[in-house]
Amino acid sequence: MRFESPTTTKAAVSLLAAEKGVSHVLAGGTDLLVRMKMGAIEPDLVVDVKRIDTMAALTVAASGVHIGGAVPAAELGESEKLRTLWPGVVEAANLIGSDQIQGRCTVVGNLCNASPAADSVPALIAAGAKALVIGPNGKRRVSVDKIVLGPGRTSLGHGEFIEAIVLPARAPKSGDAYLRFTPRTEMDIAVVSAAVNLTLARGVVKTAKVVLGAVAPTAISVPAAARALIGTKLDDAALEKMAKACRAACNPIDDKRGTVEYRTKVAGVLGRRAALLAFERAGGRK
Amino acid sequence: MPYETAYTNQGFNLVGSRVNRPDGIDKVTGRAKYGADVNAAGQLVAKVLRSPHAHALIKKIDTSKAAKLPGVKAIVTGDDFPDHTGGNRSMMDILENCMARGRALYDGHAVAAVAAIDGETADKALKLIKVTYKKLPHVTDVDAAMAEGAPIIHDWVRTAGVQPAPTTASNVAQRSEFGHGDVEAGFAQADIVVEKTFKTEQTHQGYIEPHACLAQLGPDGSGELWVTTQGHFTFRNVCSTLLGLDVAKLKVTSSEIGGGFGGKTHVWTEPVALQLSRKANRPVKLVMTRDEVFRASGPTSSTSIDVKIGAKKNGRITAATAELRYQSGAFPGMWAMFGAMTSFACYDLKNVKSVGYDVLVNRPKVAAYRAPSAPMAAFGVESVMDMLAAELGMDAVEFRIKNAAKKGTKASYGPIYGPIGIGPTLQAVKDHPHMKRRLGKNQGRGMACGFWFNFGGQTCTDLNIGVDGSVNLTVGTVDVGGSRASLALIAAEELGIDYDQVRVTIGDTNSLGHNDTTEGSRGTFSSGMATIFAARNAIEVLKQRAAATWDIPVDQVVWEAGEARAKGKQNSNLPPLTLKEIAAKSPRTGGPIAGHNEVVADGAGVSFASHLVDVEVDPETGSTRVLRYTVIQDAGKAIHPDYVEGQFQGGAAQGIGWALNEEYIYGDDGCLQNPGFLDYRIPVCSDLPFIDTQILEIPNPNHPYGVRGVGETSIVPPLAAIGNAVSNAVGVRMNHVPMSPPRILKAIEDAAG
Repeated sequence: MRFESPTTTKAAVSLLAAEKGVSHVLAGGTDLLVRMKMGAIEPDLVVDVKRIDTMAALTVAASGVHIGGAVPAAELGESEKLRTLWPGVVEAANLIGSDQIQGRCTVVGNLCNASPAADSVPALIAAGAKALVIGPNGKRRVSVDKIVLGPGRTSLGHGEFIEAIVLPARAPKSGDAYLRFTPRTEMDIAVVSAAVNLTLARGVVKTAKVVLGAVAPTAISVPAAARALIGTKLDDAALEKMAKACRAACNPIDDKRGTVEYRTKVAGVLGRRAALLAFERAGGRK
Repeated sequence: MPYETAYTNQGFNLVGSRVNRPDGIDKVTGRAKYGADVNAAGQLVAKVLRSPHAHALIKKIDTSKAAKLPGVKAIVTGDDFPDHTGGNRSMMDILENCMARGRALYDGHAVAAVAAIDGETADKALKLIKVTYKKLPHVTDVDAAMAEGAPIIHDWVRTAGVQPAPTTASNVAQRSEFGHGDVEAGFAQADIVVEKTFKTEQTHQGYIEPHACLAQLGPDGSGELWVTTQGHFTFRNVCSTLLGLDVAKLKVTSSEIGGGFGGKTHVWTEPVALQLSRKANRPVKLVMTRDEVFRASGPTSSTSIDVKIGAKKNGRITAATAELRYQSGAFPGMWAMFGAMTSFACYDLKNVKSVGYDVLVNRPKVAAYRAPSAPMAAFGVESVMDMLAAELGMDAVEFRIKNAAKKGTKASYGPIYGPIGIGPTLQAVKDHPHMKRRLGKNQGRGMACGFWFNFGGQTCTDLNIGVDGSVNLTVGTVDVGGSRASLALIAAEELGIDYDQVRVTIGDTNSLGHNDTTEGSRGTFSSGMATIFAARNAIEVLKQRAAATWDIPVDQVVWEAGEARAKGKQNSNLPPLTLKEIAAKSPRTGGPIAGHNEVVADGAGVSFASHLVDVEVDPETGSTRVLRYTVIQDAGKAIHPDYVEGQFQGGAAQGIGWALNEEYIYGDDGCLQNPGFLDYRIPVCSDLPFIDTQILEIPNPNHPYGVRGVGETSIVPPLAAIGNAVSNAVGVRMNHVPMSPPRILKAIEDAAG
C-alpha cells in the first residue's frame, strides 16, 4: 500500500486519477482506518488530504459558510458564529463518535463514508449544503443529497473527491436542529435521526426542510413533513401531521441496531422534537 | 505453627486508610506491562482460524498451501493435540474448546492456528487454509435447546442429577436442586401468590484488555508463559495437563491485567500458543482481537427463569420456588447450579425450592462473570418480591426487612448463617437520603438485594525483609482489584512500619506454592490472611534476632510499634531494636529475615448488598437514564476503602450496562452479529450517574481482621433494581433484560393495547 500526503488538490487529483487499484482519500481517517484494521478494505493507495492548506479552511459568514474537506468536526463547534448561524449542523457534527473522534473526523469524510446513519448528513441536506467536487475533469458543485447513492456508495467518479462543503446564505429568523437516537449517549451510531431547518416570516414557518437518517439506504428528505410545518406555528395538529409524514417516509431495515417498527415510530418522535427545537431557535413563539 | 484465623477486634493504625495505589504511576505512564506488552527475541506471531458456522462437521482441513507460504513456521489443528487428559471429560472440554476436534460447536470456535514471522504472513496463511465443513442444525436459545427435537450438541451428555439416570443424550447437562421445607404446603398457606417468567440475554465481562500471551515451549517439555490471567497457577496446571507437561517445568508469569471479572480464570488460546511454540521451537505471541474475545472467550449465560413466591397478608413469605434455565455454551458448566443456590439466599424462608438446569447450546463456552449466575436469579426473585410487595400493599423495603435472613437462618442453599449484613443493608436503604429525593414525571425508583458466597482457598505467601528494612511481599493471587495496596497495608500494620516500606509483587508459579485463581472475591480475604500470618511468622524471626543480639531468652521479647522490646526490669537497660536495625544486622545474626505462610483460607464470609436506583424513561423512545444510584454493601472490614468503593461502583456500572443495553445478538444462522464494542454496548462515562456508596462493616468471624470479599456482590442487585425502577417509571412490569429502548417501548405500547 502506498501512502501519499500531497499539498495541493491538483496533486491529490493526479495521484487518485492515476491509481489503477483501490484508492481511498484519508481526511480524519476515523472510518477509513477502522475499516482497514477490520480487513474490510485493502487499499493500494491512500491519499491524505490534511496537508492541503485550502482544505483546512473554515470561513463563516451569514452570506455563506465554507467548510474545508479536512476541517475537523471539533473546529465547527469552536466557531461561535457557526453555532449561532447553523446550530443544527454543528450539533450534528459534534455528535459523531466522541470528543476524541471529533478532533480528527470531518463532515466531508462523514458524507463520503456513505453510511445511512451518518450524523452530519441529514443536517447538511436540510441546510441545503453543496459539495465542491474536484477531479480530473475539473470542479463541479453538487447538492449534498446527490452524493450518497446507497450504503457505502457515492456518485463521485474515479479521481474525484470533495474539496469543501458550502452552506448557503442564512436568512434572518432561521433555525435548524438535529436529533438522533442512540441507546448510548456517545460512541454510538444513530438508530434514527432527524434534521429540520426552517425560516419564519411573521411568526409562522415560511420555508422548511425535514431530513431523516438511518431509516432508508440514504438520508432522505421528507417534503410532506416539511409541508405540514409550513404556514403554521407548529400547533399540535401540524406536528402530528409532520410526525405522520416522517413515519410514512421510513423504509428502514430490521437489524441489530433497531427494528423496522421501532425506527419508524421514533422517526416521528424525533422529527417532531427537532421541528420544535428549530422553531424555537428561529425565534418562533407558539 | 498454625495461626489463629478467628476475628479479634484489634485496633488499626493503617488498615482502613486511603493510601496511594502502588501501581498508579506505572499504569498512567504506560510502564505497566500487560499481556501484549512483552516480546521475545525471534518470536513468531500466532493467529487463529475460527469457524464461521454455528455448528458444523469439520470434514477436512487442508493446510498444505499455508504451510508452503514463506514465513509460516508452524500450523496446528485438533490433530496436534493428543489426548493427555486420562479420561477427564472436563479437561477434554477445555481442550476441545481451545481447538475443535472434528466438529465446530459455535461461531468463532477455533479450528486451526498458524505461527508465522509476522502478523501479515499469519493472516495470509489463515486465508490459505481450506476447511471443508458440513453444516449441522444449530440451537442458540436456552429454551429452544431444551425443547423436544432440538439439535443435540453432544451425544455423550446424559443429564446429571436425575434419578433414574437417563439413557439418552440431552442438551440438559445437569439438574440441581436446593431448598428445604414443603413448598406445596407453604403456597397453600399464602394469601397472595405471584408468579412470573423472566429472560436475560447473554453478556460479556467486557474487559478492555484482550487475552494475550507469549509462549515458549521447547522440545524438552519445559517452557514459559507470560499471560494476562486471574490465576497463573491454574493456567499452569491446566496447560500442563492438556499438553502432557510436568507442572514444575512450565513457569507461568501473570502480567498486569486489564480487567478479568471472571473471564480470565480460564484458558482459551494459551495451550494453542504453547503447542505452536513447541512445533516451531520458537517463542510465539498470541493476542486475541476484540472480535475473537466476543466470539470465543467466555461470556456469561443467557437465561430463562420462572419465579413463584407466596405470602401472608402480614407480609411473611410462606413459600418460594424458582426454576432456572441457564445455557452454558457448547460445554457443560455449573452455572444453573449457582443460580439455584443464590436465588433465595437473602431471605429467611421456611419452604423454599430452586431447581437449575444447565443447558448446552451452540454458543461459546460460558465462563465466570462476577458473582456468576447470581444477577439473573436476583432479577427474577427481586422482581417478584417487588410485585408481591405491591400486591400486599407493603413498602418494598419493609417487605424485604420482614423476610430478611439473619444470624441463625438456614440458607436456602443449605448452611446456617453466621452474622450477616442483609438486614443492616436494608435498614441503611431505608435511612438513606436517596430515599427522600422527589421523583419527577416519567421517573421511577427501584431497589433490590443481592448475595454472593465468596471464596477462600489455597494461598501461599512470602514476606522478605531487605537489609534496609524495606519489605517485599510476594503473593500468588493476581491483583485484579487493588489487592496489592490492601496487602501492603496489612503487612505494614502487622509489622508496625510505614505503608511505603512495603512493596508487593505477584510471584510467578515457580517462586511460590500453589495459589488458587483470583476469583470468588478471594484476593484480599485469602492473601490478606496469609499476609497477616507471614508477617507474624517474620515477627517471630525478628524477635529471635533481637533476643540473640541482647543475649536474652526470646520469650522476654515482644514486638510493638515496629520494634522489638525487651520485657522485664532486668532488661530495662536494653533500648528497643527497630525493624530497620534488626534488618541491618541480619547478615551477621543468621542471614535474611523472612516470613512465610501457606493456608487454605476457609470461612470466606458471605456478602450481601442492597441497591437503590432512580431512573427516568422517555415514554416516546423507551430510553432510560439512570439518575441516581446508591450501593450499600457489607465489606466485613474495608482494608482500603477507596478500592472497596471502586468495587461497589464497578459492579453497579457493569450491572447498569447489562440491565439496559448489553446483549449478545445471534442471527438465524446462529452467528454472533455484534462482536465489537460498537454494537455490544457497554456504558460510556456519560451513560452513568455518580454511583454513591455506603460501606457497612459486619466483621467476618473467620478472618483476623473481619474481612469479607467485596468484588462480586455489587453486580448482583442492579438488573433487578433497575428492572423495578423502570417498571415503576412506566407502569409496566419489565421481565426481559436488557431493557433496551425497543423492548421498553414495546412493553409500554403492548400495555396500552
